Amino acid sequence: MKILYFAWLKGKVGIGEEAVTPPAEVATVGALLDWLATRGPKHAAALANRSIVKVAVNQEYAALDHPVKSGDEVALFPPVTGG
Amino acid sequence: MIRVQREDFDVGAELAALTAGRTDVGGLASFVGLVRDMAGGAAVGAMTLEHYPGMTEKKLAEIEAEAQRRWPLQASLIIHRYGRLEPGERIVLVATASPHRQAALESCAFLIDWLKTKAPFWKLEDTATGPQWVEARDSDDEAAARWSPAWRGAE
Repeated sequence: MKILYFAWLKGKVGIGEEAVTPPAEVATVGALLDWLATRGPKHAAALANRSIVKVAVNQEYAALDHPVKSGDEVALFPPVTGG
Repeated sequence: MIRVQREDFDVGAELAALTAGRTDVGGLASFVGLVRDMAGGAAVGAMTLEHYPGMTEKKLAEIEAEAQRRWPLQASLIIHRYGRLEPGERIVLVATASPHRQAALESCAFLIDWLKTKAPFWKLEDTATGPQWVEARDSDDEAAARWSPAWRGAE
């Protein structure tokens, strides 16, 4: 599974992209965020306030109950501010 | 048509190209977003626009398709820049062409309102206290929400 971080999430985690292999029971976006937050203090700090973290699975916005699986591209980013 | 690019664009040339060779367009509406030198009362220098290559183009194409579905458009164009931009520089161009002005004006407003809340761009501003990521504003969500199907149905 490929995880992408954008904007301040990238700054807090310290990397823009990582390949991860979560355990099989991590089957939803919510469970994935919980698991990613255990990867280290930087991850935990970046994911401390879930209300300002948006998630896209395979480039579509996804809610916490959206399924995730091996091979997915999961992006984590703050609310968008373009235009 | 969707373009995501680092370089500037020529508004006049883009608008002319949109209707070139056509005689059936009655109204061409456009919106140009620029970098301001003030934000929330504080001076801002340059900004850097980051985006999510791939998803950006996908969302912009979806938003454009939705505008084409809702209004009788003959042409539409979204150009959005990324990278470092100085105050006064152009960030985004949205343009819509239709036989009548109301469809052109409404769809142009719709495109920029939806783009601001759905397209994955993020602004990093240079401020007196260092670089700051711009926070999303509730007023942008409210502007986008007025184009929801429920709002359309309430007319």
